[in-house]
Amino acid sequence: MNNPNRPAQPEKLYEARKTVHNKRIDGRFRRFKWLLMIVTLAIYYITPWLRWDRGPYAPDQAVLVDIANRRFYMFGIEIWPHEFYYVAGLLIMAGIGLFLVTSAVGRAWCGYACPQTVWTDLFQHVDRLVDGDRNARMRLEAAPWTWGKVVRRGVKWAIYLAIAFATGGAWILYFADAPTLFADFFALDAAPVAYATVAVLTLTTFTLGGFMREQVCIYMCPWPRIQSAMMDEKSLTVTYKDWRGEPRGSVKKAQKKPGEFGDCVDCLQCVAVCPTGIDIREGPQIGCITCALCIDACDKVMADIGRPRGLIDYATLEDCAAEAAGKTPKPVWKTLLHPRTLIYLGVWSAIGLGLLFALGTRSHTDLTVSPDRNPPFMLMSDGSIRNSYTLRLRNMESRPRQMEVALEGLPVGVFWTDTIGQGEAAARQTITVPADATLPVRAYVKAPRGAAAADIAFTLTSLDEQREQDRVETGFTAPGEQ
Amino acid sequence: MANERQGERRKDEATNTAFVGHEWDGIEELDTPMPRWWLWTFYITIIWSIAYVIAYPAWPLLEKGTEGVLGWTSRGQLAEAMSAAELARADVREQIAVTPLERLPEDSALLAQAVAGGRAAFLVNCVQCHGSGAAGSQELGYPNLNDDDWLWGGDIRAIEYTLTHGIRQQGDDQTRLSQMPAYAGAFTPQQTGALVDHVLSLSDLGPANAEGALLFEQNCALCHGANGQGDRNFGAPNLADAIWLRGSSRAAVTQQILNPRMGMMPKWEGRLDPVTIRMLAAYVHSLGGGEDFVEVAADPEVAVDEQP
Repeated sequence: MNNPNRPAQPEKLYEARKTVHNKRIDGRFRRFKWLLMIVTLAIYYITPWLRWDRGPYAPDQAVLVDIANRRFYMFGIEIWPHEFYYVAGLLIMAGIGLFLVTSAVGRAWCGYACPQTVWTDLFQHVDRLVDGDRNARMRLEAAPWTWGKVVRRGVKWAIYLAIAFATGGAWILYFADAPTLFADFFALDAAPVAYATVAVLTLTTFTLGGFMREQVCIYMCPWPRIQSAMMDEKSLTVTYKDWRGEPRGSVKKAQKKPGEFGDCVDCLQCVAVCPTGIDIREGPQIGCITCALCIDACDKVMADIGRPRGLIDYATLEDCAAEAAGKTPKPVWKTLLHPRTLIYLGVWSAIGLGLLFALGTRSHTDLTVSPDRNPPFMLMSDGSIRNSYTLRLRNMESRPRQMEVALEGLPVGVFWTDTIGQGEAAARQTITVPADATLPVRAYVKAPRGAAAADIAFTLTSLDEQREQDRVETGFTAPGEQ
Repeated sequence: MANERQGERRKDEATNTAFVGHEWDGIEELDTPMPRWWLWTFYITIIWSIAYVIAYPAWPLLEKGTEGVLGWTSRGQLAEAMSAAELARADVREQIAVTPLERLPEDSALLAQAVAGGRAAFLVNCVQCHGSGAAGSQELGYPNLNDDDWLWGGDIRAIEYTLTHGIRQQGDDQTRLSQMPAYAGAFTPQQTGALVDHVLSLSDLGPANAEGALLFEQNCALCHGANGQGDRNFGAPNLADAIWLRGSSRAAVTQQILNPRMGMMPKWEGRLDPVTIRMLAAYVHSLGGGEDFVEVAADPEVAVDEQP
């Protein structure tokens, strides 16, 4: 039992988290991140307020997930529940889109567009605003809990909470008419589920963005694991060019012994600016979200000490190897357009075009027929036979439409409905279907005395310029053949 | 092992945790304490269960269980849900109660509500005889409610009257009442055959029979009419149409002449509230054979529209 090799004090199994206090940096990638943050947040907050005129029978919100009425509106597109495969198609496109982006430019999604990244970035700017830059924040974290620290923390967390509330609050606006819900929400008239949703999303934003931050990327998110499997030596990634940087030495040392040291001066600026707190010089790793802020930091240092930029840079591992061996790396366009990327692009576009085609050619009219089975037929006093059917007339246009229902296969058969009386029974009837609705119609089909069972069909034709059609085959039952 | 139990338990060097004392092939189990949060959650569940037992019905006793201080019962919960549902329907029921029944078809939304309510009541109260599709039964003589042949009238008021007072219901002096005499012994077999021939010929099911026609005129025409078209005042069936309540075979018709069977329907007044009866009338009327109401009169019996 007593293993002599076993250390007296076992190593801890879990590493305590070290808070990341990333330093402010300016540079081209930082500016790109600013731009993307503004664009993504603007999309998120402005979209529910965009209007889109659909006439008097449909909501005028451009993007609306109307769960209560089971409709999904996105600008000119309206999706009914039975067409949910469009949403499935969009999700598949989103998945393949991520593969495509990963194949071409590595973890660009993680570094720039992922909500966790965008909101973490936002919260880190709040840190900087309230507590100052890296060194001030490190000092404050180590300081005892004085009143000053309590006030600072209080202010900071209040701002976190305000951002978190705005995040959760904007989410619900996608599910109801935004201006109405906005007013109702603050008048305490909104549905309980609205408040519950906002509460949950406020809490998750507050904790995930304010406190958990990079731990979400490193421990919780499955995407880095998938991406690790998808990246290869041809994928663009943020890389430290060790062949150029090693061995590390300060500028002074390099001046004393020229030729012995690499370009890296071990200034640790790349570590200081990193939002996930890693050292990129250890090589590609799961904690790196490829936000490229270390490139900005390193480029700045290299410029200051008069060495060429790009000690840390976007490059493929293949290019790095080529550069190390003294060859010229492939041009960027060649890197971007390697076969795997093209295949992903092809699949992605094919699905997209397929969806667009299906959307453009889909019918806005549909008919279903269910014959009454109990009783299957009805003998009338004059000896004629009546069968009853429930027709469902679907009108997916946001305007009422006239539709003609015609009976086929029963030479002298006529039908009427609950609203069209038996006096007006005929082989074809015109029915007005309300906007954006499915109208159930009870149809009574009558055949004269002695009629035999027959295969019949109902056809539906929209009486407008579209002339959309649907046809459903069913049966007419008569006595004597059961 | 024995001496370890008496004194201080042996501890694992690395974690400073005592061993439980079990060993399997050199692998020993440590007596690691429960995590604090887990333990506290466990204590809280114990406290919760004690509070629950006090507040809600819990222990079964001989007669009945403990009742709990909150007074909650599952029947009470059901009653609450039912009265909430009742309250939600109150508006519609009120409207159905005040709208004259013959005007119900004019308000299609209200009619739809009434038909839906009537369907629900039909499935509870009427399907035993009339069947879930309201197609009745020829064997047992329960009328089909889907067709356009009505013994006592097929407009919505007449249907409501039949539902309210029943047919041949003892103890209700307003019930639909009539009786066909039994002709067993009154006719010779040959006469009976002739009469059956004539009845079947009324709806083109056989050749005409002069002797039968004479017998019909003398014995049957008073109620069934000269041409056998029936009379809804007496619930006398139309013999000239295609619908036969008890079948059109010679045997069935013969039996119906000699020993007629007459249906009975219970009155629903007193068992169902007037609004439910109205909804049932609307449902039966909607099945496809309902007739239009022509005139409105003060007395419901007079108002019954008996048009053919």
